[in-house]
Amino acid sequence: MSTIPADLRYTKSHEWLRTLPDGSIEIGITDHAQQTLGDLVFVEVPEAGRTLASGGACAVVESVKAASDVYSPIAGTVTAGNERLATEPELVNRDPYGEGWILRLKPVAGGPGPTLLDAAGYGAELAAGG
Amino acid sequence: MGRRTPLFDLHVAGGARIVDFGGWDMPVGYGSQIEEHHAVRRDAGMFDVSHMCTVDLRGAGVRPLLLRLLANDVSRLTQPGKALYSCMLRPDGGVIDDLIACFLDERWFRLVVNAGTTDKDLAWIKEHAKQIGVAVVPRRDLAMIAVQGPNARSKASSVLPEACGAQAAALGAFFAAACDEWFVSRTGYTGEDGYEISLPSESAPELWQAMQGAGIAPCGLGARDTLRLEAGMNLYGNDMDETVSPLESGLGWTVVLEGTRDFIGKEALERQRAAGPARKLVGLLLLERGVLRSHQVVSAGAAGDGEVTSGTFSPTLERSIGLARLPASAAGEVQVDIRGKRMPARIVNPPFVRNGRAMIEL
Repeated sequence: MSTIPADLRYTKSHEWLRTLPDGSIEIGITDHAQQTLGDLVFVEVPEAGRTLASGGACAVVESVKAASDVYSPIAGTVTAGNERLATEPELVNRDPYGEGWILRLKPVAGGPGPTLLDAAGYGAELAAGG
Repeated sequence: MGRRTPLFDLHVAGGARIVDFGGWDMPVGYGSQIEEHHAVRRDAGMFDVSHMCTVDLRGAGVRPLLLRLLANDVSRLTQPGKALYSCMLRPDGGVIDDLIACFLDERWFRLVVNAGTTDKDLAWIKEHAKQIGVAVVPRRDLAMIAVQGPNARSKASSVLPEACGAQAAALGAFFAAACDEWFVSRTGYTGEDGYEISLPSESAPELWQAMQGAGIAPCGLGARDTLRLEAGMNLYGNDMDETVSPLESGLGWTVVLEGTRDFIGKEALERQRAAGPARKLVGLLLLERGVLRSHQVVSAGAAGDGEVTSGTFSPTLERSIGLARLPASAAGEVQVDIRGKRMPARIVNPPFVRNGRAMIEL
């Protein structure tokens, strides 16, 4: 079973979003996603200053088994990529909702839109085989 | 739902992720694939390989049959229990399958063939066997467990049946011993020492649990793939198939062209050897961060382009390694297209790892 913290929002493509006190958004991949990928060996994070479109690929997570894109569910400007993942990709496996965060961005207009799921919605999505 | 081995329920109970592998529901891993990999390199791990098919060939004509069907030369097998690795070829030299053939007596050889190719292998072997009166008996009643690693033999010997354990302990590399319906061979697909144990299906769960109790780690097909790739061993269907010959697959060492023996595919291989094969299978070491994957395009400069046939992250070397089929003249450094970026890689001679140690310069 994978964990789904109640205070985060989620996408159907298995990213999570956390609103930080300064209004910026932290993004990572869910516990379910890291379990499915298996041991991560390589994470490519975006550089600060990069502009992301909503739904665009913003990072690559690569496990022993497969490579997978991470999509930004919202448009914005990257304020930081998690540089630790360059040498410690396993942080995503060990602590996907904490030290394994992938990027932070400043949203273009307002917060995350209505297409995001809450924990219950994401849990239902997983139960349905999503 | 795919086919299930006698160990399926134990895999599920052990938390395995089950995937389809050639029509079989098999465990890809039980937790961390990298930890399973290290268990085999450093201690002992075991794999359910019951999807692979044991085939008994019985009859007075069995040696002549295999002299004709296999590219390697079974006349080298003179001591009972001795096994060899070989390709079985089409007349045009394409690889039908790769297999292990074990000589038991002049009327009995045992083969182990790949799961995904079993049906076509049996059809091919039967077609030739009936002409010389050899019986072809697929042993679907047998399960198989591979136990591999520097401590695999000592840990396994404590749980093998007494009669079997003594025979197993005396086995040299690439030898096998039959004891009742059990069959233990000192072979493997990881680059480590160990056994492959076939036994009646109904006995398999008990052996699996006993070996787990002896400190042997259950490992999935994911770790099996990274281990075999580090060991520089080909995977049928990835690294070779019916469209390529053993000479183009890094398997020239398994082909015996010398002498008067006439095997299926020999003429084609002799022509290819005389002309020089157009392609070769090489090892690649990625020089930057990223992971080689099968079907990535490899540019070898003026020599032309080729393709990665197997690629992964090597847990032992902590670098990405792969096998690639390249034009025969390719040498030195090449460029691999990884997700749209050209990344440098170096051609190296497999194996990458043997008996826990790196065999290439990083």
